Amino acid sequence: MSAIAKLSTTSRMSRRAAISLVLALALVAMAVLVNKTPLGEHTWLRVLFGISALNFTLRATVPLVLGALSGILCERSGIINIGIEGMMLAGAFAGFVAKTSTNHWPLTVSLIFSVAVAVAVGGLMGAVHALFSIRFRMDQIISGTVIIILALGASSYLYNRDAIAEGKFSSIPVPGLSQIDVIGPVLFDNPPITYLALILVLVVHVALFYTRWGLRTRAVGEHPRAADSVGINVNRYRYVNTSLGGMLAGLAGAFLVLEAVGQFQEGMTAGRGFISLAAMIFGNWNPFGALGAAALFGYTQALQNELLLAGVTQVPRQFISMLPYVVTIVAVSGLVGRVRPPAAEGKVYETEGSA
Amino acid sequence: MAIAYPKVAFSRTLRALLIPLLALLAALVTGAIVMILSGDDPLAAYSGLFQGAFGDGKGWARTIRKTIPFILTGLSVAVAFKVSLFNIGASGQFVMGTIFSVAVGINFAGLPVFIHLPLALIAGIVGGMLWGAIPGILKVYTGAHEVIVTIMLNYVAALFGGWTVYAGGTQGQTPGPLWDETAGAISETPDVLASAQIPWLFGPPYRVHYGVFIAVAAALFVWWLIFKTPLGFEMRTVGHNMKAAAYAGIRVNFTIILTMAIAGGLAGLAGAIETLGLNHKFAPEFGGAVGFDGITVALLGQTHPLGVMLAAFMFGALDGGASKMQFESGVPADIIQIIQALVLAFVAAPLIIRMIFRLRQQPLEEAASTVSTSWGGS
Repeated sequence: MSAIAKLSTTSRMSRRAAISLVLALALVAMAVLVNKTPLGEHTWLRVLFGISALNFTLRATVPLVLGALSGILCERSGIINIGIEGMMLAGAFAGFVAKTSTNHWPLTVSLIFSVAVAVAVGGLMGAVHALFSIRFRMDQIISGTVIIILALGASSYLYNRDAIAEGKFSSIPVPGLSQIDVIGPVLFDNPPITYLALILVLVVHVALFYTRWGLRTRAVGEHPRAADSVGINVNRYRYVNTSLGGMLAGLAGAFLVLEAVGQFQEGMTAGRGFISLAAMIFGNWNPFGALGAAALFGYTQALQNELLLAGVTQVPRQFISMLPYVVTIVAVSGLVGRVRPPAAEGKVYETEGSA
Repeated sequence: MAIAYPKVAFSRTLRALLIPLLALLAALVTGAIVMILSGDDPLAAYSGLFQGAFGDGKGWARTIRKTIPFILTGLSVAVAFKVSLFNIGASGQFVMGTIFSVAVGINFAGLPVFIHLPLALIAGIVGGMLWGAIPGILKVYTGAHEVIVTIMLNYVAALFGGWTVYAGGTQGQTPGPLWDETAGAISETPDVLASAQIPWLFGPPYRVHYGVFIAVAAALFVWWLIFKTPLGFEMRTVGHNMKAAAYAGIRVNFTIILTMAIAGGLAGLAGAIETLGLNHKFAPEFGGAVGFDGITVALLGQTHPLGVMLAAFMFGALDGGASKMQFESGVPADIIQIIQALVLAFVAAPLIIRMIFRLRQQPLEEAASTVSTSWGGS
């Protein structure tokens, strides 16, 4: 199949995306039933579909979907990014440092400033990754690993254990919509980065599939030689996209520190960057597919949490905590030849005639 | 791979050593800059580091002891690299090796040392091999990329390890099978029996055990396996070009699974040796960062078993001196992690080193390893 033909089909909703949409609707239906009818008296149903499970799912989904979008931006332009974990951690740490040093500012200003710092540092890490992979022709997977180890080491070395971030983002209910039963408190009563993440899914989707920039990005990722021959600067697109991807990962880090937890902990990303990658693959490099996959993984994390809280099972907690990781393995294993990564991924592009 | 004529072999070796050594130098200098920027004294730090690693017999013993797991996890990653596989799963395989060896080590009282100890070591290898084979099998039969699977398995192994020594829960959860009942609420195993412990080489205070010989033997074994056996030839062929290997009749799938199992076995052996030689028991926090260190060691050693030994020794010295450095100069030991990451960055991108030191470009230089295969789509 020619690369052009593939380019035109990749924006169509995949079957998997349709399935996840149906599953999501079924989940909402169950949630309404459980929270509005006597069905809610069953502990197990409350664990599976209660409002708190859904809230937790969304909270767990946000960093995953931001990480997956980060991966999509990089990989659609042909740069493999396994360093998302490190970029997230760097963003989280930068956001924390910014917050602790601006504690005396008005809360909102300080928080927004910290998010900006986190995003900038994430973007910087993305730029470093691009520099390693493009300018220095480092193997992209190894470059990503360098980013991870660097972020782990630097954040532990510089971490001041006495520093405390005062305050974090609080919920902003959407007027009107937040009054809807069940759906309102879950979807329309959230802190700002959560809304932003959901909006970004749409933004990235539109940008990738309906703008000139998106078409060129995909061309660069599929067939850089062809893109080059019509005058597109392949490596410039890769630098820009990888830096943008880093910024999204930094935003995910900001979410963890400034919205979800409120403090920094060493290694607090706990594999979320890698699960994001799985979500990106599972979502077939499509923003909405990634959202569906991230929600699935987020739901397993919520389930883990709810099961432990409810105490409804005697299964040792370690096995319950394995859920998200095992589901991730099953998800990436269940896709025999059914996903198609961008064709030029992982390869250094050199213009003809250059060394 | 070019044929190594005897008269150029020497300069080839020199060239192979040049980049890693310059990378180390560049990383130490960059580390010093980081320390200066954050208000620490790099000279005091590095002198403390050197004192701690080589200052006296105790330091040497510590350095050599710390080298052991680096050799084995480095080999684990290096073997996989030879087949273009990226094993980020050494941590998990290490933990599984630990659990298996402890399970044998705390049982079978009455066995003589020359049976019990090898049995416990082999159990560790088997545990690691089983854990390592899973990503290989999944890659071959489902196309799941080993990077994601091995990382997820690291978390699963850590949790599984936590369960085996689990002291039991408040909701009637039964304790884990390896939990030490006399430890009360503490989650850990009993000590392995004396007949399964690796003896110390010298008396105290020189804390280094015979495991160092096992690690060196493992490195020689891997060298022999990769460069002197038909299987090693097949592995290298699959690593260079999977399609060509399949066309030449090499069992690519089998080679991938076996390689991942061997990689896992080496990391598992690392876990077994650390446990039977040093810790003598397992608690959930053991294992940790050995996986990422293994990657750096493997790349610094240019994925060659003998290079891995040198790189591991260097890392052993960095780790061995770290606590003394922190004690004497007040520089947090975490700076070592930054230096290690910088070493990895510089060694994986020889172009940076060539640019800094203005070296001539080697036109036919092979990349240390290429693992950027795509995510396993069609």
